[in-house]
Amino acid sequence: MKGIIGKKIGMTSIFGADGKQTACTIIEAGPCTVTQVKTQDTDGYTALQLAFGDKKEKHSTKAELNHFAKAQTAAKKFVKEFRNYSIEKALGETITVDIFAEGESVEVVGTTKGKGFQGVVKRHGFSGVGEASHGQHDRQRAPGSIGGSSYPSRVFKGMRMAGRMGGDRVMMKGLKVVKIFPEKNYILISGSVPGHNGSIVLIQK
Amino acid sequence: MNAAVQFVHDQLTAKKEHPKFKAGDNVTVKYKIVEGGKERIQDFRGDVIKIQGSGATVTFTVRKISDGVGVERLFPILSPNIDSIVLNKTGKVRRAKLFYLRERSGKSARIKEKRF
Repeated sequence: MKGIIGKKIGMTSIFGADGKQTACTIIEAGPCTVTQVKTQDTDGYTALQLAFGDKKEKHSTKAELNHFAKAQTAAKKFVKEFRNYSIEKALGETITVDIFAEGESVEVVGTTKGKGFQGVVKRHGFSGVGEASHGQHDRQRAPGSIGGSSYPSRVFKGMRMAGRMGGDRVMMKGLKVVKIFPEKNYILISGSVPGHNGSIVLIQK
Repeated sequence: MNAAVQFVHDQLTAKKEHPKFKAGDNVTVKYKIVEGGKERIQDFRGDVIKIQGSGATVTFTVRKISDGVGVERLFPILSPNIDSIVLNKTGKVRRAKLFYLRERSGKSARIKEKRF
């Protein structure tokens, strides 16, 4: 396992050598500071805690400031833990996009855009009623039956219905690293990644 | 546009000088085609009916009448397969998107040429 915290910048498309256009997402990833090294002896599992993005000292609690002071770094906005990190890093060291290579297959974790309260057609892909005639009126996007009557006399748990959609933590697997700009900390990843521009994503392998 | 997106565009897209054209202009797109390992150039001549997008993702649509059938083709303007673009005529139109040409045929589907 290796990973980095990044910020989604936006999307663009680039042309390959064969003239084919590829859609890709630009992510500003790292540099991340190692703020804690968890080991089997002290914590019962091995992990690296990474911090990304500066924030003002007055917006941090004393507990946070002292925690970051141990790694001799300024106050950070986002702190995430990666279990079983494959690269040996000591407290206070930085991790940059260099840990990934072009052409590598990675996973991207993010929070999807919130869609609000949505019906079953958008939320679960129901097909709706399908026709406006034959006795149908004002119910083109209705869910239909949600179960039997006398048996089971209740609605089964997990029945797909309308409700809040989006805002879920989602992992996209099998995305390719198209290009890396180490001097700008940019990493280009094929296809789309979850979330809006400016949202925090984790790139890991 | 976002500065970061602009930076990536500048790094990854080869700059090519094409003549400036707008919707309503008549252009010839010289497009590279690979056939059986050999590369040749094919011309596509017609009227530009749409230019859309920004930065490196700008595309334009060229419409021509071929054997009485309307044919439209969409090109990314920065595509490495575009060898060159020739501007034949500048059109006099009042719109940026000329989709009304699709419903027309014959004389009424002509675009007046702009003379300077």
